[in-house]
Formats: sequence, structure tokens, C-alpha cells
Amino acid sequence: MDMTAVLEIVTQSNPGMVRTNNEDSVMANPLRGFAVLADGMGGYNAGEVASGMATALLGTELDKAFLEREPSSKDASGKSWAHVKVEAEMARVNAAIYQAAQSQPQYAGMGTTLVVGVFHDNRVTVGHIGDSRLYRMRGEDFQQITRDHSLLQEQIDAGIITPEQARHSQNKNLVTRAVGIDPEVAAEIHDHEVLPGDVYLFCSDGLNDMVEDDEIGMTLGALSANLELCAMQLIEMACDNGGRDNVSVILVKVKGEYPAARGWWARFLTWFK
Amino acid sequence: MAKLILSMETTVLKEIPLTKERITIGRKPHTDIQIDNLAISGEHAVVITILNDSFLEDLGSTNGTFVNGQSVKKHFLVNGDTIELGKYRLKYVSEVPQQTSSADFEKTMILRPGAAKAPAPAPAAAAPSSPPAAPAAAVPAHLSTSPGMAPPPPAAAPAAAPALPLGAIQILSGGNAGKEMELTKTLTTLGKPGVQVAVIARRPHGYFITHVEGASFPVVNGNALSTQAHQLGDHDVIELAGVKMEFFLKS
Repeated sequence: MDMTAVLEIVTQSNPGMVRTNNEDSVMANPLRGFAVLADGMGGYNAGEVASGMATALLGTELDKAFLEREPSSKDASGKSWAHVKVEAEMARVNAAIYQAAQSQPQYAGMGTTLVVGVFHDNRVTVGHIGDSRLYRMRGEDFQQITRDHSLLQEQIDAGIITPEQARHSQNKNLVTRAVGIDPEVAAEIHDHEVLPGDVYLFCSDGLNDMVEDDEIGMTLGALSANLELCAMQLIEMACDNGGRDNVSVILVKVKGEYPAARGWWARFLTWFK
Repeated sequence: MAKLILSMETTVLKEIPLTKERITIGRKPHTDIQIDNLAISGEHAVVITILNDSFLEDLGSTNGTFVNGQSVKKHFLVNGDTIELGKYRLKYVSEVPQQTSSADFEKTMILRPGAAKAPAPAPAAAAPSSPPAAPAAAVPAHLSTSPGMAPPPPAAAPAAAPALPLGAIQILSGGNAGKEMELTKTLTTLGKPGVQVAVIARRPHGYFITHVEGASFPVVNGNALSTQAHQLGDHDVIELAGVKMEFFLKS
């Protein structure tokens, strides 16, 4: 299914005001309707190698997988092909980065956070590892969809610290899961329903550490008519507030419904597209 | 490294670096910060430190624990907080080490659990019932793996904002002529959605107008804008969706 008619996607990445290099990496495939954002870490230039590997590998592998089969088609266990592939490919990316980090001394210790979103059949399948986030703007309601794999989030969940206190925490930069650090990693994958008019924001922590959620939500609300400007504005706000980290955003606006073709005739037609 | 400075009235008695995960405060000799005064309970309070964050907890003391004049049971300490126990004061100072190379600043780090077991399935890892010990247990493992970590300063929200005088818009034509609107928010949208919309962004160094949507572009002082942001000057006249308005700075 060609998703360009129903999705408008904008990606932007910026090194910020302090760093000279950009360890974030973003990619989007408007045709197949998926996007990937990675925030690399690890000494010298290894961070950008890790995040670059993640977006490149997922970009090509998911494209291949969804050309082969509709992402919404179900396998024997009832999971969607999107879910199965996101899980499998995130595991492969983890293994590839881990291997590279083990075999080449200049890449030792590199890793990356990752958030992947696949739009199919009026839903989005979201996989993430670490503290890169997905937010959703639906009408007036602005919500964080992913939950960080971070020390701070665990402390919030355990009731040690309130979300209000967390904003002042000095432990913001500690993730509890990342891609490429261990031979295996558990990705968190969920499906969410999508409505026409929704705007999705994928971002690295360089945005949400610098700009309050309220402000991000307000910006999405005010500028959803012009995604390019909206992305630019978000990055500008992060930079105006200090821009201490790389800032990356992917915005996805849902312009209409995109149910999967269900009848044999519809499937037959999409086969020829 | 954060520390507590113990004082009574104006005399500084001692400095206690928060090197341990738990530092107890009380009258009894086995406490870490012993204050031999009858107003202090045997075990009065405890300071729990998790990496760069510290928490104060009252341990059911008779006379209570106060922070900046407020009675607290549990409190997230921020730099400069003053803990009051009877006549004694403990000032919490969390120094953000000055980083010489900004490159290492606020890097994202992996925090690995002590035993490198495969992570539990997502919801289980975040069990709300887990006691404070859970994340704290991971502390030593982390500290040994990343010696170069620098705590980031607290998120600077509108850091450089005060220098900018407040901007406002006055409508000059149309049904709302004469109305004034202060530009206090980071973003203010103007115009009619679907027809023509522009946005004014409040930034540390000024106000900027940008075209958002619509076939025609906003006009400032008689010149149509491009897609680029345009910095507004005092008394600039904006024309948008058939309405004229004036931008001005309030002193």
C-alpha cells in the first residue's frame, strides 16, 4: 500500500548549540509508511556509527519486508507482520552493532537508543529501546506514547520521585536499555490505534530535556498545518533553551484513514500496484 | 558530589559529603550525622542518594523535619535547600562540576544492572511495587563503568528571557480594531486556519514572524514575507488575512 497519500512526514536533525558532532540519526520511508529515530552514544565518533547503522539497517530491511508482505497481514500467532518484523529487525540491529563494537576497538562501548513506528491498517506499531520518545497530538490532547527505559522512569514508576521532581533531576541521561550494549536486548513493542488528524512526534532526548512537554504540545497544536516549520520551531526552541544535546524530530501527520485491503479483490488490486 | 553543611545559628559545624547511599541523622551514636540534642530524635531523618539525586526522609521524628520552613515527610532535595532539625540547619549543596570539555557534557549513558541478566519483559521491569532499593542497587555497577559522567545542570527553561521587553499586537482594522494582545507565549498564531495563518515566535533575542499556511504570505511594512522567519521591529505593521495590525514593544 502506498502511504504517501495518507501520511505527511518531515524529518529534521540538528547538532544543537554545544556539540560539534551529531550522534542522532533519523530516516523515514513515506512510501511504506515507517520512520526510525536513533540517538547514538559512545566515545569519539562511535555514537554516530551506532545510530547510523540502526537507521540504515532498519530502513533497508523493513522496506524489503513490507514490499514482500503487507505489514498488517497476520502470522500464525496472530501478530501482525509489522510487529514480527520490527521485533526481528531490532534484534538484528542490536546484534550487528554489538558485533561491530566487540570486533573494532574504536567502536567499543557504542550503542544507541531507538524508536521505530510503522503505520499500517489504521494503526501504528511502535518499537522502542531507551529514552527516545514518541508523542501523539490528537485534537487538544498531547501524550507521550512510549515510556523511557531510564533510571528516572523507573524511579517514577516505583514512586520514589514524582514527575514534577523528575524535571529537576540530575540523573536525566541514564538509560537502562540500549541497542548494541549486550548480545541481546528486549525491545518494547506496542500497537496503537490511529485517527485521521493525529500528529506523531518522534524525538531524541535533546528535545524533551530542553523543552517542556506543554511547550512541545503547544507547538504541535499551533503549527500542525506546516510540519516543516513545526519541526524547525521545535529544534529552535531546544537550541534557544541551551541546546546542550543533539536534537532530532520526525513529524508524521495522518491525513486520512488507511485500512488494510481485506477482500480478495482489494488484495488482488494492491498486488498489482 | 553533593554535600550537607551542618550549622547552628551562624556557626558552621561541619561538612558531610554525600558519599553513601544512606546517611542517617539522629541523636544516637550509630547515626552518620550525630546531633546530640534533646530536640533531635534518636533516628530523626535519613538522606538517600541515588547517583546525583538526593532525597530526605523523616523517620517519624518527634519534632519533625523541616525544609525551607515547611514540614516534610519525604522531600526531593534541590541545591540550596535548608533542612531544619530543632536549632540545627543542614544546607544541601549539590555542585555541578565544571566540565572543561563541553563534549562530554550530558552524554547519554547506559546504566547496567549489577548482574548482566537479560532484561525482564517490559511491564515487569517497571513494577510499581518495587521498593527504593531496586534502582539504587544498580548504583555501584554504574559508577564503576562510567567514571567520566558529569551531572547536567537543571533544565534551563527560559534562561535568557528577561532581557527581552514584552511584545504586543494591536489590531488596526476590521471588527476587532483597537484590541490589543500581549505576546507572552512562546508561540502566538494569527489569522484564519485554512485561509492564512502566521505565527509569532518569542525568542531570547526578539520576536519573529513566520508564514504557516495559506496561498498568500503575510505583509510586513508593505513587503510580503518569504517562507523565512522575519524579525519584528518596534511599530512594524503586519497585514494578514485582510487585517492590519501593529507590533510594538512594551517597556
